[in-house]
Amino acid sequence: MPASLAQVAQWLRADVLCCAHVLDRSITMCHGSDLMSDVLAFSHPNTLLLTGLTNPQVVRTAEVAGIYGVVFVRGKRPREVMVALAEEYGLPLMVSPYAMFDACGLLFSQGLRGWSLCGPGQRP
Amino acid sequence: MSAGLAPEGGEPEFLRAFDIQAGDFAGAGNVSIAVKNLLKELGFAPEVLRRAAIAAFEAEMNVVMYGGGGHMEVFIAPRAVRLVISDHGPGIPDLDLAMQEGWSTATPEMREMGFGAGMGLPNIKRNSDQLRITTAPGQGTRLQVDIFPR
Repeated sequence: MPASLAQVAQWLRADVLCCAHVLDRSITMCHGSDLMSDVLAFSHPNTLLLTGLTNPQVVRTAEVAGIYGVVFVRGKRPREVMVALAEEYGLPLMVSPYAMFDACGLLFSQGLRGWSLCGPGQRP
Repeated sequence: MSAGLAPEGGEPEFLRAFDIQAGDFAGAGNVSIAVKNLLKELGFAPEVLRRAAIAAFEAEMNVVMYGGGGHMEVFIAPRAVRLVISDHGPGIPDLDLAMQEGWSTATPEMREMGFGAGMGLPNIKRNSDQLRITTAPGQGTRLQVDIFPR
């Protein structure tokens, strides 16, 4: 079930760090990972990324993979330089106080799914 | 230019070359994003852009992490993209092994960045329509990635 980034921010009690003007973007699936190579391998366009990594490669990976928004879990905050980079790409960044498992569970309970349940031809 | 692109892709022409710095973890990915933006300006389909960007990014990370620096050349045909990535690294001793998902020689620093999970070359192959790898111990590695609209 699609959801807007604004709804995601509300469900995850997330602070929006940049690009608040595009929170009406609709995401169709989620990917929770700290492995950027997995994000590149398995993400689809219109995906929300949840991660505990806060280095600049997260923002570059998201831009390359066509990710629609990034949630940093467990209250981790990226450095300003990373936020500036995301602003340049038009990529919304959010920080949620929830840990990875709980953040993913909250989104799942709202009807969102990952690539292995709703990606085209991907169901195990 | 060697043959290889499908007929509908046409013969690719050289467009631009980008340098990739060895060990530049902070800037790694900038070349791939520049390539993506370049192809976007030229009007390539989003699906081609995405696959080209992902293949370019994985290849760029490999050059930064293992390749001792190198460069990425962009060739285009009306409906196709060719990326040629060359490095000055040690070469790949066992290419079959390196193509297996999960096989990796990454350092802890690489893994902290979220890379080095052994997905790089398989992921490049997954996003390519044709992939040619030329490598030998001590002679660096050259990847030729061709992407056509699907």
